[in-house]
Amino acid sequence: MSRTHNEFAIIIPAYNEEGRISTTINGIRGHSDCEVIIVSDGSVDRTVREAREAGATVLLLPFNLGYGAALQTGYKYALRKGYEYAIQMDADGQHDPSFVMRLLEEVQNDSVDVAIGSRFMGEGDYRPSRLKKIGIAYFRILASLIMRRRITDPTSGFQALNRKAMFFYASASYPVDFPDTDVLIMLHKRGLRFKEIPVRMNHSTKEKTMHSGFIPVYYLFKMMLSIFVTLLRKD
Amino acid sequence: MIRLKILAGLIGVSLFIYIIELVRRRKLREEYAWLWLLTGLVIVVLSFWYGLLVYIGELLGGILPSAVLFLFALVFLLLIALHQSIKISRLTDQVNQLTQELAIISRDEHIKIKADGKS
Repeated sequence: MSRTHNEFAIIIPAYNEEGRISTTINGIRGHSDCEVIIVSDGSVDRTVREAREAGATVLLLPFNLGYGAALQTGYKYALRKGYEYAIQMDADGQHDPSFVMRLLEEVQNDSVDVAIGSRFMGEGDYRPSRLKKIGIAYFRILASLIMRRRITDPTSGFQALNRKAMFFYASASYPVDFPDTDVLIMLHKRGLRFKEIPVRMNHSTKEKTMHSGFIPVYYLFKMMLSIFVTLLRKD
Repeated sequence: MIRLKILAGLIGVSLFIYIIELVRRRKLREEYAWLWLLTGLVIVVLSFWYGLLVYIGELLGGILPSAVLFLFALVFLLLIALHQSIKISRLTDQVNQLTQELAIISRDEHIKIKADGKS
């Protein structure tokens, strides 16, 4: 099946998002009838069933590999299907689908390779918890210093990509365990242009397992190491 | 004594730098690097903080400070080896499951999948 120019798909990694996934997909349907690719990251609940019933394309990972690897699976699939553009979003409804076209048009008119939705540019009033706020502020300042430009939301997973950027996200160089600030720095190093666009985000209705126990400590370590070696690499 | 300190310190620092280089070259993932980096760091700290070695030596019933250094290195290596065995066990399970799935799928799809990549 051939794909026309300007075709895009939405990629959503999902891990045990029953109850939320159908709402998210229906929310997108209100704005577009593009292919919605749900990558189930070893979900053990009704996520897959709900996503199928909502009319999405579902990729099933046999095991839980983590957000980054699940997202990357979506990119590999989208590239194989010939899509020119892709949008990545969260499964829990945090990302407002009315901003999808806004992000998409930035990459479609080729002003950038990646358009990133920022929570902190004036749209809506997203207010993270104290710890999260400190974490985001820390990486925001670090990223801004390294790239010598103003970054407002270094950990946003709401992005639109063109095919060139999609190839990078699907490659072995993409940091799959916790892709965030280090991805921005890699984009910067590879000459992939990106821009932040103000978007509205809601608070997640789910207790993210990503924020409990030892994981924030590991995240901090991993991100610092990843950023450091990225700056050292030649590519 | 000072020679041992410098040697141990050098080993710790070299380990630290080498691990970072391995991550940079993409031969080692960050998730496996942290325990090695922590080991390197602890070795460096212990080599140069003699007082701490003495203190721990006495705490453990009067063993030599230099023995404490080797004890820590041994314990860390043990932990790393154990950590890896656990990871390998999980990976083995996953590979087994995937291989089984492939056998079933290739039958359905009339594809022959061989481990050397030729189909």
